Amino acid sequence: MTKKTLTHLQTLEAESIHIMREVVAEFRNPVMLYSIGKDSSVMLHLARKAFAPGPLPFSLLHVDTGYKFKEMYEFRDWYAKEVGAKLIVHRNEEAIAQGAHPLKLGVARCCGALKTKALLDALEAGGYDAAMGGARRDEERSRAKERIFSFRDEFGQWDPKSQRPELWDLYNCHVHEGESIRVFPISNWTEMDIWQYIKLENIPIVPLYYAKERPMVKRGNMLIPGDDPANLKEGEVAENVMCRFRTLGCSPCTGAVYSDATTIEEIVAESAIATRSERETRIIDHGSNSMEDKKKEGYF
Amino acid sequence: MTVIDKNLFDAVETELLRFTTAGSVDDGKSTLIGRLLVDTKGVFEDQLDAAKSVEDKKGAKGAHLALLTDGLQAEREQGITIDVAYRYFATPKRKFIIADTPGHEQYTRNMVTGASTAHLAIILIDARKGVLTQSRRHAYISRLLGIPHIVVAINKMDLVDYNEEVYDKIRQDFIDFYSKLDLAGGDVTFIPISALEGDMVVERGNKMDWYNGPTLLEKLESAPVEGKINAADFRFPVQYVSRPQTEALHDFRGYMGRIESGSVKVGDDITVLPSGLTSKVKGIVTWEGDLQEAWAPMSVTLTLEDERDISRGDMIVHTANQPRVEKEISTMLCWMHETPLQPGKKYLIKHATTTVKAMVTALVERIDVNTLEQIAAPSELKMNEIGRVSLKLLKPIACDAYADNRATGGFIVIDDFTNMTVGAGMIQ
Repeated sequence: MTKKTLTHLQTLEAESIHIMREVVAEFRNPVMLYSIGKDSSVMLHLARKAFAPGPLPFSLLHVDTGYKFKEMYEFRDWYAKEVGAKLIVHRNEEAIAQGAHPLKLGVARCCGALKTKALLDALEAGGYDAAMGGARRDEERSRAKERIFSFRDEFGQWDPKSQRPELWDLYNCHVHEGESIRVFPISNWTEMDIWQYIKLENIPIVPLYYAKERPMVKRGNMLIPGDDPANLKEGEVAENVMCRFRTLGCSPCTGAVYSDATTIEEIVAESAIATRSERETRIIDHGSNSMEDKKKEGYF
Repeated sequence: MTVIDKNLFDAVETELLRFTTAGSVDDGKSTLIGRLLVDTKGVFEDQLDAAKSVEDKKGAKGAHLALLTDGLQAEREQGITIDVAYRYFATPKRKFIIADTPGHEQYTRNMVTGASTAHLAIILIDARKGVLTQSRRHAYISRLLGIPHIVVAINKMDLVDYNEEVYDKIRQDFIDFYSKLDLAGGDVTFIPISALEGDMVVERGNKMDWYNGPTLLEKLESAPVEGKINAADFRFPVQYVSRPQTEALHDFRGYMGRIESGSVKVGDDITVLPSGLTSKVKGIVTWEGDLQEAWAPMSVTLTLEDERDISRGDMIVHTANQPRVEKEISTMLCWMHETPLQPGKKYLIKHATTTVKAMVTALVERIDVNTLEQIAAPSELKMNEIGRVSLKLLKPIACDAYADNRATGGFIVIDDFTNMTVGAGMIQ
């Protein structure tokens, strides 16, 4: 008889599946936030496993800013169709029409309008009482304190000081009308777990994660995509650099890293010896409390 | 992590160990966690740089280790840990999840929360101060929550000249008190450490040659992970009934859930509780295909030979090995809300996948978590207090004693007016 244990990835997988089934069983109208990135890819894959052989019992919601990379939109539309998911795309059209851009509004205001407000509006429009998201606790220190089932008041806000205690795997899913729960089924996964799992399960990811020569601009420590002139500051010139993206966000605000990793095996190996955190390439996280402040306002 | 282990590529041999750390900032808890993260490369340079730049401003040696772990603005300002934080690190042998909890009495509920999922607890003792009231409290909570492995880390050995006699005395004091706990048992290991200097945490150092036991990391890498799960009793709370009703799966009816303990094979005789209906396991369905056998803590879908009326909240078990089915339970309860628990009040309890109304019929006693004294028939149970309570349920539940089975013996208490989680129970 084989030893009846699970590997760490099997343990994490079983936990995530358990969480998603709790959501579907307990909530009236759940939705899964889909951001097209690697974490979303893993979360979606876990959801398919959780409800197999049946179909996904919820829609995917993509809160779009209009500034995602072209490859991300192509991947999103292909993959949603491939897995047979119903995809809802929501954009803050008003702000987009007014030309919201991080170089114009500043990062905080741009994110506030195109991400936080758009997300809150989309959740309200859909009447969702639970929204699953692919955030991980190892990403950022305020996330390390967030519950797997994270209560939001009727304004979608997070109050880190009055969170519900969360014991064993017993999740409190009770909310009043208008309130909701953000659920993070992959809370306990690390960046390394995500990459190992993508490799193990052959999960499709956006090609931007693989290294390739791309036109980039060096700005301080960051490599900023240089193919769109609107994202460049005066005097900046793009040059071809062998690089890849460790995380994917909006093209004006997401940096790449120098890399030769063109296969998933090479990405796993590179992640294993990485000495800088992945969120370092995300402009939104910089500043002393910025993620915590954003989350209090309703940011995902 | 500079060594690229083959596990990086197949990831088939690494296990996951969850542990909790109880202690206050004064005991060097944040420093210890920071030390573990730094010495196992569980923290990135940019995060370390950010913490170091704050340390430079404050000028306290080693402060950056603690700053790494304080997540919320209020915590960094006040230099305290308020809530449970989860940290992650890995060695080539194992992956670890730390539930980092504050140690003061007013945070007993956070300690209980962190302990609920842990395989191992680190109890920190300041070598200069010895076994304190709070050490006793931490040991009691760890055992009450059924943590199988306890590590007593005697910290700040650098401040007592790495003296063996200091270590021996604290060890003996702890054993004297611990052996009197009626929850005693489990595996207890004593390790002298200096979180600040790093001795006996990840590296052995050269200051304590008199100590021959494992370093803290060696203990974390070798404590059996299976200990947390009851392997004998198959318990499968039904989470969700899958009836896709698509053309290909017209008659499919699967019971989705997680095997909370034990294992199950195709053909096993099962009973559904609380109804008592019986059947046989027809299939164990997963995304990868059908299995012949599955075990805890796998999430699977079971199909049965007979069509039965089964819904969420029911529990599938082996006919030959059944839990109790009860409407009146005696339970230990940790209260977690400002509004105290009072006899006669009604609450909701969530146990496995069932949620049921419950009335507090008696508040039998309160346990003073510092002295472990039992106070009979108190009028209420306040936040952070632990007591023994009798509950009467509106409907019967299938349950085991918490000491035998954490998954089917634990429950949470929900206030059905505010929807807050107000308590955590351990069935006796």
